[in-house]
Amino acid sequence: MSNERRKINSLEMIKITKRFPGVLANDQVTFDVKGGEIHALLGENGAGKSTLMRQLYGLYHPDAGEIRIDGQAVTIQSPTDAIARGIGMIHQHFMLVDELTVAENVALGMPSSRGPVLDLDRVEARIQALSQAYGLHVNPKAPVWTLAVGERQRVEIIKALYRGAALLILDEPTAVLTPQEADDLFVTLKQMKEDGHALIFISHKLREVVAISDRISVLRGGRLVDTVPNQGVTRAMLARMMVGRDVLLERAHKALETGVVRLALRGVSALNVTGQAALRNVTLEVHAGEILGVAGVSGNGQRELAEVIAGLRPLAGGSVELDGRNVSAWPPGKRTDAGLAYIPEERMHDGIVQEFSVAQNLVLQDYDHPPISRGLFLNFNAIAARGRELVSAFNIRTPSIDTPTRSLSGGNIQKLILARELSRNPKVLVAAQPTRGVDIGATEYIHQRLLEQRAQGAATLLISEDLDEILALADRIAVIYEGRIMDIVPRKQATAERLGLLMAGVAEKE
Amino acid sequence: MARFLRSPRFLEIALPIAAVLAAFMIGGVLLWLLGANPFEAYWVLLGGAFGSVSALAATLTKMTPLLLVALGICISYRGGVINIGGEGQIIVGALAATAFALWLRDLPGWLLLTLTLLVGALTGAAWGAIAGVLKARLNVNEILSTVMLNAIALQLMNFLLRGPMLDPEQIAAGTNIAQSEALPRTMWLLRLAPPTLLHAGIILALVLAVLVYLLLWRTTIGYRIRTVGLNPSAARYAGMPVPFYVALSLILGGAFAGLAGAVEVAGVQHRMLEGLSGGYGFSGIVAALFGKLHPLGAIPAAFLFGGLLVGANKMQLTVQVPSALITAINGLVVMFVVASEVYVRRARRRTGREAAAASLQSDAAPVTQASTF
Ligand SMILES: Nc1ncnc2c1ncn2[C@@H]1O[C@H](COP(=O)(O)OP(=O)(O)OP(=O)(O)O)[C@@H](O)[C@H]1O
Ligand SMILES: [Mg+2]
Repeated sequence: MSNERRKINSLEMIKITKRFPGVLANDQVTFDVKGGEIHALLGENGAGKSTLMRQLYGLYHPDAGEIRIDGQAVTIQSPTDAIARGIGMIHQHFMLVDELTVAENVALGMPSSRGPVLDLDRVEARIQALSQAYGLHVNPKAPVWTLAVGERQRVEIIKALYRGAALLILDEPTAVLTPQEADDLFVTLKQMKEDGHALIFISHKLREVVAISDRISVLRGGRLVDTVPNQGVTRAMLARMMVGRDVLLERAHKALETGVVRLALRGVSALNVTGQAALRNVTLEVHAGEILGVAGVSGNGQRELAEVIAGLRPLAGGSVELDGRNVSAWPPGKRTDAGLAYIPEERMHDGIVQEFSVAQNLVLQDYDHPPISRGLFLNFNAIAARGRELVSAFNIRTPSIDTPTRSLSGGNIQKLILARELSRNPKVLVAAQPTRGVDIGATEYIHQRLLEQRAQGAATLLISEDLDEILALADRIAVIYEGRIMDIVPRKQATAERLGLLMAGVAEKE
Repeated sequence: MARFLRSPRFLEIALPIAAVLAAFMIGGVLLWLLGANPFEAYWVLLGGAFGSVSALAATLTKMTPLLLVALGICISYRGGVINIGGEGQIIVGALAATAFALWLRDLPGWLLLTLTLLVGALTGAAWGAIAGVLKARLNVNEILSTVMLNAIALQLMNFLLRGPMLDPEQIAAGTNIAQSEALPRTMWLLRLAPPTLLHAGIILALVLAVLVYLLLWRTTIGYRIRTVGLNPSAARYAGMPVPFYVALSLILGGAFAGLAGAVEVAGVQHRMLEGLSGGYGFSGIVAALFGKLHPLGAIPAAFLFGGLLVGANKMQLTVQVPSALITAINGLVVMFVVASEVYVRRARRRTGREAAAASLQSDAAPVTQASTF
């Protein structure tokens, strides 16, 4: 039953084709993974990676092609079927019940070894065993809502292993992790590989892919470009395979004269959702033509910082100034009208209405201004025109402007939000994790746009957990730790080591 | 062909019809158990609902309040709230409309009628506003508050119709039937097909259906209501005052139910009496669901359910079965419609045509929001 380990020696996907309306998501893709191997899957946003994997997990069914497990052709009807065959999948959005404990979540939907009586003690023991074997540290008795993102992911992995997964699909598992958590995950993955598990790993971070995979397959526009062994490949080579052209991994960051103070926080404090102090006496100034990076380990007040500026979270003390005006009491809409743009961290949750079309989401911030609406009435021609203009200007890949936004790939949703926010030529831009889960081509593009805004005199607050991103773009770097600004370091004096120490809360001794 | 039969576009239309047929089949079994011949019963029902000019007129008359209530339900649903308070809102709307019309009975008829309908709608809106403000301010569950407001409205009616608003003629005759004095003839809604009860309210309801459609999909107010309903945090981020629009969704829902009450008074009964609300507050929800919570979809849905109500009465008289059976069939229809929604979504995933179907549906979000994966 649950405790037996199935084994998958090889899994092959042969000439898989999958169509969506207006999109050929997978075009005769051939892909295979073996037991004891980590096979990385790379590709731009919308290249068809998730679609290919969802067919393996029974969420979609191929239009053509064949799946073979250990040489036997199989049809995978549903996720239940996939699990029965030893295939597990960790989605980017976790599928856990918040109110239940870790053990209850793991046991959910599984028969109890005591018939109608719960066997949570046995489940807990087994979780302990798994977590020891693979370094997956969690407390089986903890309710899921108390867990951090990294811990929740470990619960998902344990859940899959508990169900006897011999092959594990991880769809962008590191997108939500801090660098430290990602390192822990890699230790686990390597351990699983040693044990003979087959692993498929999707990521946009080339560094990670090169670090842990045995083979690498690249998809582009739904087709397989190539599968290469991870020997002698460089990040630049992979980037070229993904995008089909050379990609700049470095950013041209010209020194600029900075102007007046556009955004100022003076002694700001605020509470988080649970009522604890999340920001303590934060003072920051961002000038026109400047990018101020905010570095820090996630959960140290970054989200609250962005929300306080956007007007989505009340201040517990201090003030926020836009262009020299105290806007502390202004509602979000008024701040937007005063030239503030905000790229929220939770793009699916805060940034768009998933059911709306691309065009409707593109006017979410100025639906009540001409020409988008006149008086009470929306102007559909203007909405369509704005949609077409921004889709082409920002290179958003979508079958049409009337496509529901939820069917776009993550990177394209991010481009949509960027298009909406930047097209207003904001004076102040707050960008929270703007390239999380975004492919390198689009990341390059977004970075260039942010630098363009800077050149045009926008004041940008860039909140990111990706140090490379901060070091590439920011003029000055503020490090946040437990809601306090530890220090603000000019770009020239910033090194990964120095920032790392500050991020860990170690203040510098003169 | 087989492919076409399984395509979401076809299923979208075929399944609700299949749901109705399935509900009728089970209803047929119930009829048979009650000792009636189901075929005969249904034949009578059909004839009673749609079989003659007078039957159609009766159906359209019942359709009017159903459609009005359903329109309110559509707005509330789009704003992300569920209004179970139709009954209470109809009652207070009808009470206020009656009191108002009797009070200002000497005004010119057209003016009095217009104002009376307005008063009905405003009173329903106020009744909805109680639930709306409680929800927006204190996050009180609107399903509970609207249900409780129904009970309060009912007691209020019992008190008023037996006390202050009791018809003086009833008092004089000593019969004391709980009903109000009749409204002045000058303000009655125009009868469209005498001697049937069909009145001009149906035209008003149809016009309003189109206006509600325009409101929801063509105006900034509708855009805000739908944004708030689909994703309140994105709405907040876009600078929309979310609590206001939550309350507004319930207020507009109440306004339409209140108007339905006033229209029943001015068009059918010409006075307020017990039982005027006729369960429309609940059947209207069924009609709205069947119409996929779209104001234009509510038109055929209200017509169908209006017909069922009329036909059921006829069936009760002729075949001697309780018309409550129709209530059971209504419930079955809802169950099958909701179940078929899930089926359509599965089919869509199977054929991978989610986006196509979703764009078809983007104007009519699925009734059930259960996540499938
Ligand atoms: N359910 C769906 N309905 C319609 N189109 C879809 C659906 N799922 C994916 N697509 C389309 O198929 C293509 C491939 O999408 P997929 O999600 O597989 O990309 P991806 O490589 O995983 O991208 P990302 O890196 O952004 O996650 C995209 O063009 C996407 O818009
Ligand atoms: Mg993906």
